[in-house]
Amino acid sequence: MTVTFRTLAGASLLVALMGSASAQTTITVATVNNGDMIRMQRLTPAFNALHPDIKVNWVTLEENVLRQRVTTDIASKGGQYDVLTIGNYEVPIWAKQGWLMPLENLGADYDQADLLPQVAQGLTVDGKLHAVPFYAESSMLMYRTDLLAKAGLKMPENPDWDFIADAAAKMTDKSAGIYGICLRGKAGWGENMAFLTSMNNSMGGAWFNMEWKPEFNGAEWKKTLDTYLKLMKEYGPPGSSSNGFNENLALFQTGKCGMWIDATVAASFISDPKESQVADKVGFAPSPVRKGGSNHGNWLWSWNLAIPATTSKAEAAKTFVAWATSPAYTKLVAEKEGIANVPPGTRTSLYKNPDYLKVAPFAEMTLKEIESANTQKPSDQPVPYTGGQFVAIPEFQAIGTAVGQQFSAALAGTSTADQALAAAQALTTREMTRAGYPKK
Amino acid sequence: MATQASRIAGRLMLSPAVVLLFLWMIVPLGMTIYFSFLRFNLLMPGTEEFTGFENYSYFFTDPAFWPALVNTLTLVLGVLVITVVGGVALAVLLDQPMWGQGIVRILVIAPFFVMPSVSALVWKNMLMNPVNGLFAALARALGLQPIDFFASAPLASITAIVAWQWLPFATLILFTAMQSLDREQMEAAEMDGAGPIWRFVHLTLPHLMRAMTVVVLIQTIFLLSVFAEILVTTNGGPGTASTTLTFLVYMQSMLQFDVGLGSAGGIVAVILANIVAIFLMRMIGKNLEA
Amino acid sequence: MAREASKGHKAAVTVLAWGVALLIFFPILWTFLTSFKTEGEAINSHPSFLFFDWTLENYETVNQRSDYLAHFWNSVVISVGSTVLGLIIAVPAAWSMAFVPGKRTKDILMWMLSTKMLPAVGVLVPIYLLARDAGLLDTKTGLVIVLTMVNLPIIVWMLYTYFKEIPGEILEAARMDGATLSSEILYVLTPMAVPGIASTLLLNVILAWNESFWTLNLTAASAAPLTAFIASYSSPEGLFYAKLSAASTMAIAPIMILGWFSQKQLVRGLTFGAVK
Repeated sequence: MTVTFRTLAGASLLVALMGSASAQTTITVATVNNGDMIRMQRLTPAFNALHPDIKVNWVTLEENVLRQRVTTDIASKGGQYDVLTIGNYEVPIWAKQGWLMPLENLGADYDQADLLPQVAQGLTVDGKLHAVPFYAESSMLMYRTDLLAKAGLKMPENPDWDFIADAAAKMTDKSAGIYGICLRGKAGWGENMAFLTSMNNSMGGAWFNMEWKPEFNGAEWKKTLDTYLKLMKEYGPPGSSSNGFNENLALFQTGKCGMWIDATVAASFISDPKESQVADKVGFAPSPVRKGGSNHGNWLWSWNLAIPATTSKAEAAKTFVAWATSPAYTKLVAEKEGIANVPPGTRTSLYKNPDYLKVAPFAEMTLKEIESANTQKPSDQPVPYTGGQFVAIPEFQAIGTAVGQQFSAALAGTSTADQALAAAQALTTREMTRAGYPKK
Repeated sequence: MATQASRIAGRLMLSPAVVLLFLWMIVPLGMTIYFSFLRFNLLMPGTEEFTGFENYSYFFTDPAFWPALVNTLTLVLGVLVITVVGGVALAVLLDQPMWGQGIVRILVIAPFFVMPSVSALVWKNMLMNPVNGLFAALARALGLQPIDFFASAPLASITAIVAWQWLPFATLILFTAMQSLDREQMEAAEMDGAGPIWRFVHLTLPHLMRAMTVVVLIQTIFLLSVFAEILVTTNGGPGTASTTLTFLVYMQSMLQFDVGLGSAGGIVAVILANIVAIFLMRMIGKNLEA
Repeated sequence: MAREASKGHKAAVTVLAWGVALLIFFPILWTFLTSFKTEGEAINSHPSFLFFDWTLENYETVNQRSDYLAHFWNSVVISVGSTVLGLIIAVPAAWSMAFVPGKRTKDILMWMLSTKMLPAVGVLVPIYLLARDAGLLDTKTGLVIVLTMVNLPIIVWMLYTYFKEIPGEILEAARMDGATLSSEILYVLTPMAVPGIASTLLLNVILAWNESFWTLNLTAASAAPLTAFIASYSSPEGLFYAKLSAASTMAIAPIMILGWFSQKQLVRGLTFGAVK
């Protein structure tokens, strides 16, 4: 009897599968397990209500794993994914390889002109968008207003690194488990190096000079690393050499950090009383500058949806991509999850929406930082590259991560700042030589 | 005893396994060898060209190469020592009469069923995290400074996690071997006034020798390719403090997408693994024949 | 007096063994308990062991976010499929090595084991390209094939050492009675080898269930097993210990329950020829 039952069940399952296969297009969406993307995944039923003929399969992975998997797949034309979530670092590089489908005619109500120009510019190659922004961020200083007041300080309009050091010292109370400053220490080009490269830009430094020679033996990097190490070793939380964005977010939300310089997107998480124990005590300021300097080094990063050129389901993929980045999606999130939770940083209209500005005290600072991020000329010095917290060349993710390892070792105390800088200089020179720089 | 017919039948029955494994080995290996002589970066298609031994010389001169080699051996040996010593101790302990032996055994073997990535995540976040982890809470309760495990002792921490996963396996095999220990001989020795330590050294240990060899062989095979634990916890750092050969090859082929360099590293790793293998096989072969 | 001593001894051993066992088991127990805490409770700096408000919200969240059953089913198909396929290939091979050994049998066995030393990361790109060309990326078939090959050496070896313990005279007697090769394997050998085959099966299902390199790299959505499921819970934004615990519990529970129920079987055949 069980056999008959199983056969029947199997047969009906097969019929069901075949039935659905003929009516539906199934697309596979690869995305990062960040809060906004998880929200998007949760809202899939709303997409299905509009497009019942498209079934969405989700692959949600941690950032580094996702990047490795997606890159392997697109570079070897594996064709496992129909929609990719990639950063503004990858978009121009991949678009030039012809790996991404240009995105045009995203629908009448898409309102492409509404996209923030700074963000859209980074995704445009040969005059065409090759990816659309899901959310975008810059970097800024987030701090605990109560702790700062207790320390008897007032946040200046443009804090510099000396002020940060002073404030960190006064806010730190290790016996109470409060650390003056939390910064990224986990090795990775998108982790500690994103912060350190930005900080170095604010110090007036650069990754390469005009001959593509690395600058780690220069005074700016030395100043950057020394300042960073001093801050972290004296006022940072334990275990900081393995803290990335997510770890620091958890620390800040549980009231363990006095200040935190990181992505603007964190602002909505630390101001959300459901998730944060310090929601009502946070303030925002621009990324610090060097004393007398004007370069904040604030970065520009966007997570974008793109479609690989190899997909056989271009139409369905495009429908999805347009839905997830449209003004209608913003509205949907606002209705279902509250307007403070909409994906930030992509559309001008959001920052003109009075409802949003009312619930998002960080909106103004976020917009200001995104608009002021200088991706075309990230350093005060003349440099042969664009970028900001990264250098926009394909080799950067490997080099950046290797250098990040060295700086992380210096933070963990297994090497000194000078040793780390010398190692960084040597390995960057080595990798750049292998890659054939300077390119003719 | 074997007739001509059964010998032929034997060949026929053996051949699918041999042929399939041979293909499984030679095709990827051949491709990897071929790639290792190319300048081949996935991110820059169309630039492939023959470069001779450049990838190899580049791999050997990588500043991370020697540390990686040392780390690999340290990790493998460390885990082997912990699991074999701990396994023998646990096997002897479990062999004693006690109440609730069945449940004790179930508890002891449990870590073997845990996926490497899960155990790494759990240890890293919930136990060893210096701020929110349980060990930190314990340290604070005792008035001590919490230890930042993955910064101050990355390789030792990974060794501990991996040893935790493999201790049950060693215990299981050694415990199974204990079952066939000659009890009469033990009792006779006890009658003759031999102390427990003498009996352990002269009777139990020699009996467990073969089982220990088996544990060493099987674990070495798996330990040489330990990967998820490192990726999840330290990413090979800080610096190169916990980068093993496997992880170095991963960094090159999957992070830099330098398939040529990664392939050269892969071939080097294969050669080194086979040196270890030959060494082990000798040892095992001798021990298993006896 | 001897009786008293042995009772005292037994009590001491019991206490010690339970202590050690609980210590070894503790990380799993802690994960299990944490999965019922709220996120805030999970990182409480004064962790509570049992006295917290038990909640199922983490399981709800995880279920909402991922299709657990689909991943679970993929894990079952892949681990059982690859083990059964491996057994089908390995049983005849091990039989032949054990009962019709040639001069090179030992070498072949050792060579088979050595193929397991091929570092997977070194051959990922070639395998990826092959799987792509064969249309096996993100398919259960592809993973079954790969995991079969990965575990085949262990399967052959376990079976070989087990078969070798079976006295050859029994087979000869059967042959005298006119048994054919296939009936010899089916009716004489197999029943005697069942414990060995069972524990081989169990061990390899466990190994395949927990294999997390190939299963993660060769799948996207439709064939992704529980190893991929857990990968989406590592370090998301904000607090995640409780959710991670719930996902971990769900990922390891099935195989752990299987392992516990069958541990007698597992132990009986897990000798690798080490017992004489």
